[in-house]
Amino acid sequence: MLYRETGQFKTAYAQDMAIFPIRQDRIGLGILLGIAFIGVPLLATFHIWPFGRDYLLWAILLPFLVLALAAIGTNILVGYCGQISLGSGAFMAIGAYSAYKLGTGVHIPLAWLGFAISIPPLPVLASILLGGLAAAGCGILFGIPSLRIKGLYLAVATLAAQFFFDWVFLRVPWFTNYAPSGSVNAPELNFFGAVVQTPVERYLLCLTFVTVIAFLAKNLVRGNLGRQWMAIRDMDIAAELIGIRPLYAKLTAFAVSSFIIGVAGALWAFVYLGSWEPLAFSIDRSLQLLFMVIIGGLGSIMGSFVGAAFILIVPIMLNLIPTELGVPLSTETITHLEFIIFGSLICYLLIKEPHGFARLISICKEKLRLWPFPY
Amino acid sequence: MSNIARDLVMLAAAIVSGAVFSAPATAQNEQFIPILSYRTGPYAVNGAPYANGVADYYNLVNERDGGINGVKLLVEECETSYATDKGVECYERLKSKGPTGAAFINPLSTGITFALTEKTAADKIPIITMGYGRADSKNGAVFAYNFPLLGTYWSAADIAIQHVARELGGIDKLKGRKISLLYHDSPYGKEPIPMLQVLAQKYGFEFTPIPVTHPGVEQKSQWLAIRQNRPDYVLVWGWGVMNSTAVKEAAAVAYPRDKMIGVWWSGAEPDVTPAGDQAIGYKSLMLQHGAGKFPVHADIEKYVYAKGKGSTEPGKVGEVLYNRGMVNAMLGVEAIRKAQEKFGQKPLTGEQVRWGLENLNLSDARIKELGFEGMLKSIRISCSDHEGTRDGRVQQWDGRSWKIISDWYTADESLIDPLVADVSGKYAADKKIQPRDCAKES
Repeated sequence: MLYRETGQFKTAYAQDMAIFPIRQDRIGLGILLGIAFIGVPLLATFHIWPFGRDYLLWAILLPFLVLALAAIGTNILVGYCGQISLGSGAFMAIGAYSAYKLGTGVHIPLAWLGFAISIPPLPVLASILLGGLAAAGCGILFGIPSLRIKGLYLAVATLAAQFFFDWVFLRVPWFTNYAPSGSVNAPELNFFGAVVQTPVERYLLCLTFVTVIAFLAKNLVRGNLGRQWMAIRDMDIAAELIGIRPLYAKLTAFAVSSFIIGVAGALWAFVYLGSWEPLAFSIDRSLQLLFMVIIGGLGSIMGSFVGAAFILIVPIMLNLIPTELGVPLSTETITHLEFIIFGSLICYLLIKEPHGFARLISICKEKLRLWPFPY
Repeated sequence: MSNIARDLVMLAAAIVSGAVFSAPATAQNEQFIPILSYRTGPYAVNGAPYANGVADYYNLVNERDGGINGVKLLVEECETSYATDKGVECYERLKSKGPTGAAFINPLSTGITFALTEKTAADKIPIITMGYGRADSKNGAVFAYNFPLLGTYWSAADIAIQHVARELGGIDKLKGRKISLLYHDSPYGKEPIPMLQVLAQKYGFEFTPIPVTHPGVEQKSQWLAIRQNRPDYVLVWGWGVMNSTAVKEAAAVAYPRDKMIGVWWSGAEPDVTPAGDQAIGYKSLMLQHGAGKFPVHADIEKYVYAKGKGSTEPGKVGEVLYNRGMVNAMLGVEAIRKAQEKFGQKPLTGEQVRWGLENLNLSDARIKELGFEGMLKSIRISCSDHEGTRDGRVQQWDGRSWKIISDWYTADESLIDPLVADVSGKYAADKKIQPRDCAKES
């Protein structure tokens, strides 16, 4: 009955083609955005439960938002275009390090030519977005093999990107401004004179990025480009026969996906970590993002959020529960329990619903629309 | 499905009721101290004994003395698995627990130290990195909240080279020699490189850094390079399984183990025992103390283990890393005690404990009183010197135990200080930190 659409008449094509055609969806989304943009910051500012400490904001919501953004990027490539990628961590790293270089000033001495290329430090917003663009460029480059190889073989090719960029950022001191330890610090987060510092400000910054990019992505995947990607995913030969250019479709998917992942990487480094080393973007991060997309639901923007929440938050909760309940277990046992329970949860979920959370949610929605006689 | 739903509801109910009932249990006269530890993952072999030493010493203070001047220590452990992101999560989880928040934080990972340096300064919680962390944080004028007590990696590098010179028969004999550094490819392993480059230039030896990728079980190509290059000495900056792997690989290419010198994190029992007889002759630096039992261990056995409250098997009390954990906990406790002299005998905030750390002054007599005589020399922290002392010795593994084979070395401040001033000055400029005037601090 919540989803009864009786009386919602669509009198124009624009209404029928709207991004959220059902009124209940629009209201629900409005409430969600209201809570995220106004409710949470208000509660956090006045330290009202459960925001009594910064913990929830800093250690849960902030990483959740950034990883959800990265998961959207991964989902565009893996879920919408069907190109399995194990290089998401590398593209996050490219975003982070390019943004770092641009934010601290680029200096390339070309001694043999007798001059040097110098770019003064760019504003943070520009460097984050350009970091995303740099990732997009590298994404296109590493997407070229996808024109010849498919499926698991492509996954291996993207793995090369992962290890290559891990190596580059670890070994080429230019990228870390010759930091002796290889660990770099983000520049000050100055947005048009306003310095982002407190957890609430950082949260709002990430939320803005995530909201804007999620809407853009949602719009993109239901348009011309998104349909091309899905056609390629479902059957590339058939797609080619109906006039879709695989080169264009695949490389745009790589570009868009890498751009979003790159922006997420820059946010992860600048806003969440503040100081980082290449290990923050290791192969583990790539796998984590891939799992988020698979658990959340391939080919679903909302699924990326649910998947990110599941992969990121459930282990932390499992780890917190025994201490909060006062169960006297050693941290060792708790950590092992966390692995066991989380692993079994993933198995159970994938057996019960191989299409991930997004599918579960859409089934619920369908049933609600047919309430009280769902079938 | 309904069964699972019911279970979930029960679980949720249990969580909620647990949260409600456990909340009022916190007493007010308690000082909260978080322990970031790792008992799982590739670094667990080294992380666990250290964490046991820390936990047992806090327990001892509670059981023997009833806390610090009546203020009980409330301790909570959080597992980081030596991963930076988990460490940051643990810090956020624990930083504001207890009546006054965390007294200090002790990440036991240079990577986590780098990630937390800015956060701890903003939250006003001191970060104690005893024998690790950022070497430039010796300069307390810039790094007000970082305390790399007892020794940084730059001190360690200098001590190691001093020992090499002694074995070769004089500092002038270093000229033309080849010294390689086999290091864990992370901020931890990279820290000594700038210092070793300075030393190489000064003494004229050839320095080659050789990185090993995390977690360090794959070192074949690195040892092949060492075999080809035949360095006179190999310094080992490893942690966890990397250390024992290095010893085994050295044996495989027949590199003499007594020409290997580990840093003080590469010189504990778990680093050599897996290699068996192959490890005989392997040397390492000592962060002042080594293995063995001292008067304080008798107290631990009497007040903690006799009551069944120990965190490990009694046989492991007195191992190198266990002792290091104890020393680390002791310095933190003494800093709180010092801060109580100024701020009163009550739970203190991180900012107050920071004052205690900066004014910490343990004389030989006080160290004897604490039962640490023979493990430590006197230590005095000041605003301009957050390291306190920079003394070390060298020990050698004889197949059964570590034997001390050298006198005390003191790292040369005249070499380290310019580098500290340079790197910390850059950090201050980057972060727009106005260095404190140490002449005005008391």
